[in-house]
Amino acid sequence: MQESASFWLGLGRSLKKIAQDATGSVWMAEMIHTLAAVVAILSIILLSALVLVYLERKVCAWMQMRLGPNRLGPFGIFQTIADILKLMTKEDIQPTLVSPIMWALAPILLFMAAMTTYAVIPFDAGVIFADLNIGIFFFLAVGSQASLPLLMAGWSSNNKYAMIGGMRTVAQMISYEIPLVFSILGVVMITGSMKMSDIVKAQEGLWFIVTQPVAFVIYIIAATAETNRIPFDLVEAESELVAGPFTEYSGMRWAYFFLAEYAFMVGASCVAATLFLGGWNGPWLPGWIWFFLKVSAMIFLFMWFRWTFPRIRVDQLMSFGWKVLLPLSIANVVLTGIGLWLFFPLN
Amino acid sequence: MTVKLTHEGVTASGSELYCLNMGPQHPSTHGVLRVVLELDGETVVRAIPVLGYLHRGIEKLAESRTYPQFIPFTDRLDYVSSMCNNLAYCQTVEKLMTVEVPERAEYIRVIMAELNRIASHMLFIGATALDLGGMTGMMYTFRDRERILDLFNLASGSRLTYSYVRIGGVMNDISPEFVNLLRAFLADLPGMLQEYDDLINGNEIFQARLRDVSIVPASRLVSLGVTGPVLRAAGIAYDLRRKKPYGIYDRFQFDIPAGTVGDNWERYLMRVLEISESAKIIAQALEGLPEGPVMAKIPKVIKPPVGEVYHANESPRGELGFHIVSDGSTKPYRLHIRRPTFYNLGSIDALCRGVKIADVAAVLAVLDPCMGEADA
Repeated sequence: MQESASFWLGLGRSLKKIAQDATGSVWMAEMIHTLAAVVAILSIILLSALVLVYLERKVCAWMQMRLGPNRLGPFGIFQTIADILKLMTKEDIQPTLVSPIMWALAPILLFMAAMTTYAVIPFDAGVIFADLNIGIFFFLAVGSQASLPLLMAGWSSNNKYAMIGGMRTVAQMISYEIPLVFSILGVVMITGSMKMSDIVKAQEGLWFIVTQPVAFVIYIIAATAETNRIPFDLVEAESELVAGPFTEYSGMRWAYFFLAEYAFMVGASCVAATLFLGGWNGPWLPGWIWFFLKVSAMIFLFMWFRWTFPRIRVDQLMSFGWKVLLPLSIANVVLTGIGLWLFFPLN
Repeated sequence: MTVKLTHEGVTASGSELYCLNMGPQHPSTHGVLRVVLELDGETVVRAIPVLGYLHRGIEKLAESRTYPQFIPFTDRLDYVSSMCNNLAYCQTVEKLMTVEVPERAEYIRVIMAELNRIASHMLFIGATALDLGGMTGMMYTFRDRERILDLFNLASGSRLTYSYVRIGGVMNDISPEFVNLLRAFLADLPGMLQEYDDLINGNEIFQARLRDVSIVPASRLVSLGVTGPVLRAAGIAYDLRRKKPYGIYDRFQFDIPAGTVGDNWERYLMRVLEISESAKIIAQALEGLPEGPVMAKIPKVIKPPVGEVYHANESPRGELGFHIVSDGSTKPYRLHIRRPTFYNLGSIDALCRGVKIADVAAVLAVLDPCMGEADA
């Protein structure tokens, strides 16, 4: 475990050293080191999207007794590349009556919000872009920015379906952000820190899914709503709103929304693995492989939801969020507090 | 068509109404149905169905076709239950001509019509799951519907537009292979229904989406001319197979499922229950299937006597009636079709008022419209 971590860290250190030798300045070396980390995160997002689009189609096909993509390359693994080529060569259609700046800005802002959340995800011991003191809080704060670009897209599209979708985004994200935060609060109370690496280190013995099972379930539900996936994909809601805020987008602009959706899903899975499934902790295998396996399991869970559940209605979504999840998450926080007070009175 | 809105302006709560045009190109309008919605936020204030995007003038075309030539046109009315359409039309002409249909043909007709009802309801279950966002459900019902289509293919040589029922009997006799495959299908049917129950009906979200939504009193549905499972869900067990038995339906034992609440969930449930009832009828028909010819001795040129006749069947969507006026020639003078979907769609406004946008998709799903039929 320790060796693997030192492998990635060593890679970073040697890169810095080479840069310092080449440029002769610490400042430049630091810049290049940071840039490399940003590129690494960007490639993680793009690569995971590349794999996930293929995987989503395969998982969907398995659940629906189909074969899924199997024409391009062995087992159809090049299908996503063909998809990307198709999206890139598509005409960029901008409807006449959209508000051009807001309309063009929305997909970029959404993708930026999705990308920024990766700054605080610990892929392995020490392999984290910024191990902030308020790590998990940063994730929530940046993640919640997603509602704004979606509202922008919905509003500026000058389309009623898009606007309803945009309005739903705001209502849904606010309603589910609160139980999400409260479910995480239990973990933070036990750990006594919001730092991601501290949270993972606290789980070396026992994963928090054991001590915080209710919080885990609440987190999964709220995260599904946050990432706009079935059964909470009211924003997109194909059978009602055509495609919601994405209705007027095509080609790469639409692909950015798609990419951001996957990035958010992977991000939510990473946080679930970090907070509840012990992060990089695990026997025999290197830490980053454990982390990868846990994240994959979470992603499969989200896909399983998507391909077996119908969509919930908007008023049911609201009442479920406010009347079930919120009281449940507050009760969980209170119980955690009582438990901590009983068993660890000194802390 | 421009639709004039009556509720323009501001509601009592101070919010402004707006108009949303759903269709004719929309993922959940089952073809080319257009619904103009007047909305107060997400709540529907009024829903106006606009029909006619698939109008082909089938009634007018009938006037220039001979009686047998019109059978393929009935296939294209409600294209997911063509057998029932063929049967209703042929029985109307037979009623006009007073033709006796051979026993074996009658039994085969019942088997085919009920099989088609199962196929249509399977499509309904899948489409409803799809409209509520559960895409996987559709694949399972379509897989099983495929076995019925294969059976039809075996009997009639075609998978969708059968023209299998003819004036005076049926096109071909069914083969022993058909009977064996049909028995195998009936044996597998409970397993299929169990699978739908596990994946679709049994899902909490699915039930929550349909339960207690758009309850309309039975009297209102009757005055709107609604028939079929939608009416039965409201508690009125009106089924022509029982109320006015046509063909040999009076010989079979089966139940007419009827609801108590009349919400979308019961409208959905009616179809699921009817599948089992249809299977019962098919099993009985297979038991009693006699030997003999499958075509009556009818003249080469069909010339019904002067007169008019109305005959109605219970199609999967409701009362499907043909009204034929004959002037004694080889072609009908006037032919009118009572299409159940057309009347059922008239209830959209009553069903949709006060529900959310998402439930408009659900209401459209449980009405099970087939636009080929609604627009004729």
